[in-house]
Amino acid sequence: MIGQPISRVDGPAKVTGKAKFAAEFNVPNLTYGVVVTSAIAKGRIVGIDDREALAQPGVRMVMTHKNRPKLARLDLNYKDQDAPAGSPFRPLQDDKIFYSTQPIALVVADTFEMARYAATLVKVAYHEEAHETDLQANLSEAHNPAAGPVNLFKPLPPKPRGNAQQAYMEADKRVSGEFVHQAEHHNPMEMFATTAVYEAPKRGEKPRLTIYDKTQGAPNSQLVVANGLNLPFKNVRVISPFIGGAFGSGLRPQYQLLLASMAALELKQSVRVSLTRDQMFTMGFRPATVQKIALGAQADGTLSSVYHQAIAETSHREDYTETVVNWSGELYKCDNVALDYQLVSLDVYSPQDMRAPGGVTGVSVLEVAMDEMAYEVGMDPLEFRIKNFTSWDQTHDRPYSSKEILACYREGAERFGWARRTPEPRSMRDGNVLVGWGMASGVWMADQIPARAEAVLGVNGKLRVSSATADIGTGTYTIMTQIAAETLGLPIDDVLFRLGDTDMPLAPIQGGSWTAATVGNAVRVVCEDLGKKLLKLAAQMPDSPFKKAKSTDVQFVDSHMRLVGDPSVAISLRDIVALNGGKAVRETSTSIPNMLKQSRYTRYTHSAIFAEVRVDPDLNVVTVSRLVGAVAAGRIINPKTARSQIIGGMVWGLSKALHEESVRDNNVGRFMNHNYAEYHIPVCKDTPDMDVIFVEEHDDVVNPMGIKGLGEIGQVGTPAAIANAIFHATGKRVHDLPITLDKLL
Amino acid sequence: MNPFSYTRPEAVADALNDIGQQPNAKFIGGGTNLIDLMKVNVEHPTHLVDVNHLPLGDITELPDGGLRLGASVTNADTAWHPLVEERYPLLSKTILAGASPQLRNMATNGGNLFQRTRCYYFYDAQMSCNKRQPGSGCPAINGYNRIHAIVGMDKAECQNPNSKTACIATHPSDMCVALAALEAVVRVTGPNGDRSIPMADFHRLPDTDPQRDNTLEPGELVTSIDLPAKGFPKHFTYVKLRDRSSYAFALVSVAVGLEMDDNGTITEARIAMGGVAHKPWRKSEAEQLLIGKPATDETFRAAAESLLDGAVGFGHNTFKIELGKRAIVRALQEAIS
Amino acid sequence: MQTATLPPKTKQTKTDPASAAGLSNANTGLRSFSLNVNGTERTLNLAPWTTLLDALREYMDLTGTKKGCDHGQCGACTVLVNGKRINACLSLAIMHEGNQITTIEGIANQTETGGLHPLQQAFIEHDAFQCGYCTPGQICSAIGMINEGRAKTTDDIKELMSGNLCRCGAYPHIIDAIKTVL
Repeated sequence: MIGQPISRVDGPAKVTGKAKFAAEFNVPNLTYGVVVTSAIAKGRIVGIDDREALAQPGVRMVMTHKNRPKLARLDLNYKDQDAPAGSPFRPLQDDKIFYSTQPIALVVADTFEMARYAATLVKVAYHEEAHETDLQANLSEAHNPAAGPVNLFKPLPPKPRGNAQQAYMEADKRVSGEFVHQAEHHNPMEMFATTAVYEAPKRGEKPRLTIYDKTQGAPNSQLVVANGLNLPFKNVRVISPFIGGAFGSGLRPQYQLLLASMAALELKQSVRVSLTRDQMFTMGFRPATVQKIALGAQADGTLSSVYHQAIAETSHREDYTETVVNWSGELYKCDNVALDYQLVSLDVYSPQDMRAPGGVTGVSVLEVAMDEMAYEVGMDPLEFRIKNFTSWDQTHDRPYSSKEILACYREGAERFGWARRTPEPRSMRDGNVLVGWGMASGVWMADQIPARAEAVLGVNGKLRVSSATADIGTGTYTIMTQIAAETLGLPIDDVLFRLGDTDMPLAPIQGGSWTAATVGNAVRVVCEDLGKKLLKLAAQMPDSPFKKAKSTDVQFVDSHMRLVGDPSVAISLRDIVALNGGKAVRETSTSIPNMLKQSRYTRYTHSAIFAEVRVDPDLNVVTVSRLVGAVAAGRIINPKTARSQIIGGMVWGLSKALHEESVRDNNVGRFMNHNYAEYHIPVCKDTPDMDVIFVEEHDDVVNPMGIKGLGEIGQVGTPAAIANAIFHATGKRVHDLPITLDKLL
Repeated sequence: MNPFSYTRPEAVADALNDIGQQPNAKFIGGGTNLIDLMKVNVEHPTHLVDVNHLPLGDITELPDGGLRLGASVTNADTAWHPLVEERYPLLSKTILAGASPQLRNMATNGGNLFQRTRCYYFYDAQMSCNKRQPGSGCPAINGYNRIHAIVGMDKAECQNPNSKTACIATHPSDMCVALAALEAVVRVTGPNGDRSIPMADFHRLPDTDPQRDNTLEPGELVTSIDLPAKGFPKHFTYVKLRDRSSYAFALVSVAVGLEMDDNGTITEARIAMGGVAHKPWRKSEAEQLLIGKPATDETFRAAAESLLDGAVGFGHNTFKIELGKRAIVRALQEAIS
Repeated sequence: MQTATLPPKTKQTKTDPASAAGLSNANTGLRSFSLNVNGTERTLNLAPWTTLLDALREYMDLTGTKKGCDHGQCGACTVLVNGKRINACLSLAIMHEGNQITTIEGIANQTETGGLHPLQQAFIEHDAFQCGYCTPGQICSAIGMINEGRAKTTDDIKELMSGNLCRCGAYPHIIDAIKTVL
């Protein structure tokens, strides 16, 4: 079952429209909330006139900082699982405006239509203060980031090794440059929404909320609602069976969650709050960065010096950090490395993890610089990387648990036809059109963290497994079903995996490419533990052939438990359950990483991306015509959904290379292209021919199942591969992303 | 979106009557732009008159060899109409370069003329905008102006930081660029009877009243767009440059129609541009530079320089000046081949 | 799969005497009209400023049609009206009196067996989605494209499916799936 390209088990629900998302749980007597946002970027609210709004038929409430229900005061109550150091934003806290488009009121009415109209009638008076939202104009204000618990997974730069500056001066060849990346917004297709279903309190108790939320972790939403609104955890149930994409935006609860919950408590009625597409630009985003890189190399192509600095924007409330520069000291062998990462606090919302956070930002710079250096030393870009390959992580002075990147280079190059590349820029053409071939390496973490799962074998012999994780489109439903089916030897159709409900055993937020490894191992462990229970039951039968069997003596195949020594000795799982007095057999287990074993290795996923672009020589229109991604990601549970993950990541990389940018007008302090018409992501026509290779890689260090995760690795190397291909086609190096046609003029 | 009343007349006279009942009534065709703008609190009609059931839904041949495009025919049905494809392939190609298949199935020919600018500030009701709120200022001039105009604006006003009339918005339609090149005529009816407005006079430059996009009078209804007989079916093209390969508004676009004699000399030329001005941009001087000339890159570049003579950039959009010229040259190259 | 077991919502609405006169009072102007959705005629009492998309999702409990932008910029709300694909978000429900509307919930029913439409099956087999949020719109749009009869090549499909964004980037598989039924 594991390793089979089975179709998504949630496919039928998704192609028929039956899969329900957060805003689609229609309950009786539902009211609708529409958010009003701040027109200014900094200052105070001095007055809100809601009379005209309240006068409209069916309008229930205009909730502002003045009339909201009581909120917890301490920052600690709003610390979600992905909160950086600082003070998390909470809506309607007080009269202060921290950023343009900040939510300042919620208008609730009987119908969505009336709430939307009444929201336009709320008049707000401000005391405006001067704001500062320009990263590039404030680089001199950069500071070292404050660290928080999340930095365990997003490490800050290590201390320097060797002497990068001296080595740079002594190098035979040098390249250096400054790179600017614009901010980006996640923009999942489904807009953030919460349906908060109110249940009146029993005598002496507090009310209960059942909350359908768009989140990458139902328990994370529960945490903030319970703490922020001072409700017992058992009174807050969060359900999130389907998520219409998130890409990191759902790693932290978004503000509509607290708004809907507050309004439901205040009105004692169910409330739905859906954000609009332009409000999808009023939350966390991938921060803009200004990066400097300098590489030195010997004439033979040995990398001798790496300096990489990134300065990123953050809010005044929190020091949002991501791992941008560390990769530059790890991916290749180099004895002299200096890395620096700083933040500039601006009057903006806190940035937030967005697919391959930091990784795609920093590696896109390193890999363009590596391409430049390959030209400096006169080597093929692929050969140059192979020459500087290392299986030893010099930063942590330990080996990689596995690093089959050489196989990625080899197999990717072969599939792409890299050997036919002529190195000179502008040397390849198709008629009048310039053709360019570029490549880049990619790297991402392969973490595993603790998680819990429950397995229940029903009297009908069917298995139900659950864990409060999420499936943002990654295929969690499907691969967990496969893992459970394989572990207990059941057909796929006899296994039902459920997720996204705080009534289920705890799992961490779905992010960082860790879910397959984290929840996958939990599912395996709980199924193994359930298997032991089944063995115990079977052993208690009169004259049981399993009486003396240990768990290693049996195997689960074909819906039966069999003796390994004599597979003809078997009992069906259904018959075992029947021994349980008509009750299902259930087990809940926790999987805990072997941290001692893991800590001796650096555990990463790797890739090589090859790109072909076509560039109109006069109009500079760039078309990506081919992408090949070769990925070393340990054990692949499902090649079909795995391929989709990598293809999706590469499309994201293409988007970052050519299309995506959230453009702030610093005069008004606001992102101005706040819609899908002007915030460009690729359309179907932008799709190149795409190919994905999973190279063979075995790794029993990362986790017992050898899973590494695939969510980010497809994206990481793609922007640099495309930028390098554009250089090869045109002879022009564009350091600023996205590479729009005007930058090539 | 504000509350409004709605009627669905089946006769033009009833439509004109309905629209006259309330000062802020509007016609609705496909609704693709109007409903969008109502949702972002930019348009606030108190009454909508649905024109989709008026007898304006046909494409018919005119006695002079032209074609009459009914105002409520959809863009998709127009682009894929056999007579349009045969005689006016420039119009077909241009319509199909715009929007998406779904939007083209909704948008009507009449409605396409009334598309409003995509200016970020016009679209954001919390921002100042001389077009939306006359006199409030134009933040685009010193702000983010990637999609904005390079010709046709009042340059002096644009340099005045307190200008109450400056506007550098562009007209977003693709279809209108082809209609301008084809010298289509907009037929309207209204309280004062019928009249015909040449495309060149239908849309306006911002001048001192940028809130007005066109020269239509209150209560007037577009009934058809008439295409003259000359459709340039042999030598034509539409070049559209944008930030992705489909489903995006033009940064710059060029519609070209040429007639050439057997020696390869250009005998008639039309060049219209989108994405550069408050209206589809044409200049007869630029077209005259091509007449009687051999079809060479030098000739083309001269025409391009002429059409964009005096163009100015505001920072983010300055690239449009050179890109626009290259697009004109490319369009002319494509049209002759 | 977890599916909603909650009862469909019913709206308490009052009939508006003004609606019979055509022009109705603006702020309470509910209008009674019927829509034919997936072959079933449904009578609704809605304000004219209700979009077709919201009518389907909020008043008819047909949530298969998705709201991805509400501005005609993503295609997630694509439905078929008289066989033609449109964006339900930019259309008023009241404008569709007398039209045949087909949503994703009605696609499977069009087949003789009532099972999945071949395109739905192809989307599953080719893994033509990840999160699945754009999927109903992609499928309705592809059916509309096939009805149009203009898509002959892969490039045609790519151009004529460009009105449907997929943020997960499933485009190569969407193209593959459509090719199998074209």
